[in-house]
Amino acid sequence: MTTTDVASDSNLSSTKQWRPDSSLSHRSGVRALRNQLARIVMWTAFAIAMVPLAWILWSVASKGGQMLLDSRWWTNSQRGITNRVVGGGAVHAIQGTIIEALATALMAVPIGVMTAIYLVEYGRGRLAKVVSFTVDILTGIPSIVAALFIYAVWVTVFGLQRVAFAVCLALVLLMIPVVVRSTEEMLKLVPNELREAAYALGVPKWKTIVRVVLPTAFSGIVTGVLLGLARVMGETAPLLILGPYTKSIATDLFGGLMPTLPTMINQDRTEVLQPAVDRVWGAAATLILLILMLNIAGRIIARLGAPKT
Amino acid sequence: MPSITGVSSVDELRGPEGHGPLQSDRASTGQFGDRLFGGTARGAGLLVIALVTLVAVFLLSQALPSLAKDKVNFLTSTQWNVDGTPMQFGIANLLWVTMLSSATAMLIAVPLGVGVALFITQYAPTWLSRPAASLVDLLAAVPSIVYGLWGLQVLGSHMDGIQAALKGLFGWFPLFKDTGVGAASTILTVAVVLSIMVLPIVTALSREVFAQTPTSHTDAAWALGATRWEMIRATVLPFGKPGVISASMLGLGRALGETVAVTIILSALANNTPWSWSMFNGGETFASKIANNAAEFDSPRKAGAFMAAGLVLFLLTFVVNAIARVVIERTKAFVE
Repeated sequence: MTTTDVASDSNLSSTKQWRPDSSLSHRSGVRALRNQLARIVMWTAFAIAMVPLAWILWSVASKGGQMLLDSRWWTNSQRGITNRVVGGGAVHAIQGTIIEALATALMAVPIGVMTAIYLVEYGRGRLAKVVSFTVDILTGIPSIVAALFIYAVWVTVFGLQRVAFAVCLALVLLMIPVVVRSTEEMLKLVPNELREAAYALGVPKWKTIVRVVLPTAFSGIVTGVLLGLARVMGETAPLLILGPYTKSIATDLFGGLMPTLPTMINQDRTEVLQPAVDRVWGAAATLILLILMLNIAGRIIARLGAPKT
Repeated sequence: MPSITGVSSVDELRGPEGHGPLQSDRASTGQFGDRLFGGTARGAGLLVIALVTLVAVFLLSQALPSLAKDKVNFLTSTQWNVDGTPMQFGIANLLWVTMLSSATAMLIAVPLGVGVALFITQYAPTWLSRPAASLVDLLAAVPSIVYGLWGLQVLGSHMDGIQAALKGLFGWFPLFKDTGVGAASTILTVAVVLSIMVLPIVTALSREVFAQTPTSHTDAAWALGATRWEMIRATVLPFGKPGVISASMLGLGRALGETVAVTIILSALANNTPWSWSMFNGGETFASKIANNAAEFDSPRKAGAFMAAGLVLFLLTFVVNAIARVVIERTKAFVE
C-alpha cells in the first residue's frame, strides 16, 4: 500500500515539472498549505502517541530495572520479608503467573482452536453467525465481569474457596476469543487448493484438517496462543476477586493462595517505604519483560512461518 | 497414499449401479471420524455461546434477589449502602463517572488514533510504517496495572498544571468545577490514561480499513490533481469511516470495562459526598466499584448488589460491541 502511495506521489511531483504552466497544473497556495499542515498534523499525532510508550517504559525501567539485575530477584521469594527490609525476590510471583497462564492455555487453546475450525471449515448458516457474534462479545467482555461470573458460579453457587484455578477459569473466558480470532485468520489463509488436493486423493475431511490445514497454519496458531498468553498474564481484575496473594512460593492450583506478579504489584502499591516501592516497580518491570518477550516471540514466529500463499 | 487416505477399497470394485461400494464403505471413508471431529468443533462453538449466555444468566440470577430488597431506585439513586438492613444502592454515580471518563478518553483517543493510522498508511516512509505500527501495538501489551501505577505515580504529578489552567479558565462551568480532589486521582487523569490504553485498539482497526481503500479510488483522486490531503479526504476517510466508527466502539468497550488502572488512580469518595458533574472529581466506575469492594462479597445479599452493577456493565459493553460488529459487517459486505 505504502509503496504505491510513495510511487504515485513521486509521479505527481515529476509530472508537475514538465507540465506547461497552465492554471490547471498550478496548485493554489491555500491547497498546498493545507496539504503541508495535514502532513505536519499526522507526524505530530504519531510523535504524541510515542510519548506515553517511551515514558512508561522509561519509568518502569528506571524505577524497577535495578531489581532485575540482582540474581536473588530470580531465585528468592518474599517469604518473611517485611516492607522495611531490602531483599527477597519475585520467583514466587513469576512462577504463579506462569502456572496460571499455562493452566489457562491448556483449557482455552483446545476450545479456541476447535471453535475456529468450526467457523472456518464447518460453519455455515445461522449457527456459525451466532458463534462468530458471541466470540466478538467475548472479546469485549470486561475482565471484571468474567471474574464476577466465575465468582457467582464458583463461590456463591458451589460454595467453594477462592483458589488459583478459579482465576484460570475466568482467564479462559478472556483467552478464548484471542485464540479463536487469530486461528481463524490463519485457517482462512490456508489455500483452498491444498484442501481440494487432499479431497481429490480421497482423504476424509477431518484428516484433511488435522494433517494438512492445521500444520500449514501451525505457526500462526502458535502466535495467537502466545499473544493470548500475553494478554492473560497482564490481567489483574480476576486476581483481585478470585486469587489472594501470598509472599511464599505456592504451586498448587487448588491450594488457595497463589502469588502472581500483578497481585505482587497490587499488594504494595500504596506503600511509601522505599524497599517496598522498589519491589513494586521491580515486579512491574518483570511483568512487562515477560509480556514483551511473548509478544516478540509471537511476532517472530508469525513472520518466519507465515503460510506461503 | 492409502495409509493417509484410509480409502483402499473404493477403487477396487464397483457395484452394479457404479456407486454401491462407496456407500457401503462407511468406516474407511472416514465418516465416523468426520462426524466425531465435526461434532467436537461444533461443540466448541456451542460451548462459546453457552458461556456468554451463562454469564448473563448467572449475573442476573444473583442480582435479582438483592435488587428486590433495594429500597431506592437502582437507576437514579446515588446511594451505595449494602451493609445496612434496608439496602440502598443505586448506580447513578457509577454510571456518570464511567461515562464521563470513557467519553473523555474517546475524545482524545479517536482523533489521535485516526491521525496515527493515517500516518502509518499514508504518510510514513516505507521503512518506518511497519515499525511504527508495531510500536503503537506495543501500547496494548502494557498490562493495565502498570498503566495504573504509572498514571498515579508518574503522570499524576504532571496533571496539576493542566487542571489548574482548566479550572481557572472554565471553573464556572459545572464540568470543570474545582472539588478539592488531588490532581493525580481525578476523572480527567483516568481519562488520559484510558485514552492511551485505547489508542492501539483505535489505531489498529482504522489502519486496517485505511489500507483497504481501493487503489482505483486513490488513483482517481491523484489523476484529478489532488494533493495528498485532498486525496485522503476524498477517498481514504469516506471509505474508512465505518471502520473508524467500529474501532471507536471497540475502544469505548475497553474503556468502559477497564478495572485496575481506574481502581488505582481514581480516589473513591465517601458515601455521602454531594453530587458533582465535575471531571476534577474522584468517584468510582462500575468496574472499580466492584474491584474496590471485592473483600465485601461475604454474603450473597451484598455480593448481589455488586453483581447488579456488573450486569449493567456487561450490558453496556455488550451493546457497544454489538454496534461495532454490525457496523464492520456492513463495511465488509460493501468491500466484497
